[in-house]
Amino acid sequence: MIDIHPFIIFLAAIFTSNILLSNFLGMCSFLSISKEVEASLGLGMAVVFVTVLTAAVNYVVYYQILVPFEIVYLQYIIFIIVIAATVQLTEIFIERFSPALYYSLGIFLPLITVNCAIFGVALFMIIRKYTFMQTIGFAAGSGIGWLLAIMALAGIRQRIKEKMVPAGLQGAGITLIITGIMALAFVGFSGSVIIQ
Amino acid sequence: MEIFYNILTATIISGSLSIILVIAEYFFANYGDCKITVNNKKEIVVKGGGNLLNALAENKIFIPSACGGRGSCGFCKVKALDGAGPVLPTEKPYLSASELKDNIRLSCQIKVRQDIKIHIPEELFNIKKFKAKIVEIIDYTYDIKGITFQLLEPNTVDFKAGQYMQLETPKYEKSKQVISRAYSISSIPDIKDSIQLIIRRVPDGICTTWVHDYMKLGDIVNLVGPFGDFYIRDTETDIIYVAGGSGKAPIKSMIEHFAKYQSTRKMTYFFGARTTKDLYLTEEFQEYEKTMPDFTYVPVLSAPSPDDGWTGKTGFIPPYFKDYIRDPLNTEAYLCGSPGMIAAVEKELVNLGVAKDKIYFDSF
Repeated sequence: MIDIHPFIIFLAAIFTSNILLSNFLGMCSFLSISKEVEASLGLGMAVVFVTVLTAAVNYVVYYQILVPFEIVYLQYIIFIIVIAATVQLTEIFIERFSPALYYSLGIFLPLITVNCAIFGVALFMIIRKYTFMQTIGFAAGSGIGWLLAIMALAGIRQRIKEKMVPAGLQGAGITLIITGIMALAFVGFSGSVIIQ
Repeated sequence: MEIFYNILTATIISGSLSIILVIAEYFFANYGDCKITVNNKKEIVVKGGGNLLNALAENKIFIPSACGGRGSCGFCKVKALDGAGPVLPTEKPYLSASELKDNIRLSCQIKVRQDIKIHIPEELFNIKKFKAKIVEIIDYTYDIKGITFQLLEPNTVDFKAGQYMQLETPKYEKSKQVISRAYSISSIPDIKDSIQLIIRRVPDGICTTWVHDYMKLGDIVNLVGPFGDFYIRDTETDIIYVAGGSGKAPIKSMIEHFAKYQSTRKMTYFFGARTTKDLYLTEEFQEYEKTMPDFTYVPVLSAPSPDDGWTGKTGFIPPYFKDYIRDPLNTEAYLCGSPGMIAAVEKELVNLGVAKDKIYFDSF
């Protein structure tokens, strides 16, 4: 256990160790859904929501079931199953009870069932031996950090849409280069807070 | 013994999650029977909860789709009149401003949760799934084969010269899934009980590898179609065709159709290839030059080797257009090939004065 206030972890997860730009997790949906700011916002919100929810559920499952039954080595498969089921369940509920929320956020839920950022958060909370509150802070921070990164990328991509990009770099090529430059910018923050 | 308990615990965890999901699905995702009204005349009743594209396909209405409903090709457009809900952010990149105004939507993104009214082009009713037997395989070149399919069930097809079919590749050692790919029909519409497709080998292509290396005479496959708005317009203008490789398929269908009915339209077909090894059906098309009232076949080689003994035209195709177009305003063009080729050809045709809306193409 490390003695850092959950709020510090929350801030650090957004800036100094952004899950996307310093750990490169959750890249696939980051690259494919970042064409428009509106869609990126919806997807980012869905990631925040699901990361916090599944991290909480996985925390309980890990410490209340996996550890007592000594089947910690099954954490990978169990975490994936828990994430998939939680996302599905959330989608069913949102779709039924809040169509407005479903159209802005719910449609992205199936896309992030297998998002590695969400799975990564679950694994980091175990490796770094976070407490429950620290886990919540870390999950919320990671989700918001991811949202921040995808919104920034979508903003840039919308601006360069009409610009002359060399043919060979159009699409994924230029997007990866932009991501790399963004990651370099975030390196500037790294090390100012240590959270592991 | 211990491992047994571990497996049991893991199974209980995932099992209970599944049960929760099934219960939630039963109570909350059950939308009952929904009615889909198509073009105000056909009504189908489906179980709510799924997407519109699949619901229609289950009822034998096939909307073209290349990605299989993942929202990444943008082909499955339908006009939604009522009950489809708001336009989703996942659809917007594929819809133009005028399509948004017209309520055009991607059918794979619409969930059927209530009664829906849609409008689809009339020809889509004609699209069927055919069971067909492979009865002839011709090697046209080292990498292009012509395959004839005898239609078994249903046993006839109506299509327009230039349209395409989707061929379902069965599971085989290189692919664990059934994959559909689109190929143009090269036989004429008057032959209704069989169709021919011309398929060029694509390195590592799932479908073309199966066709070239695994398919045998007598195999039974599924075909879905006909699709496409690349077909001959019923006018009297002159026609320029440009297509190379397996792009010859739809053009062959068009020209053979015209040959049969002795059309008097002035037609010129530019066939682009690299070397003489890539030429095929040359004698047949030269024969049409003699038997048809006004048809010219112009093969153009981009890189003939010295041993080819090639005396015909070489280089790029576009510079030759001006010698064959007599009245640009009275000319239609039908192009089939790669997006790069089509862009280059279209640019030159427009330069020469051919109207942009009279240039029809099928790019692949």
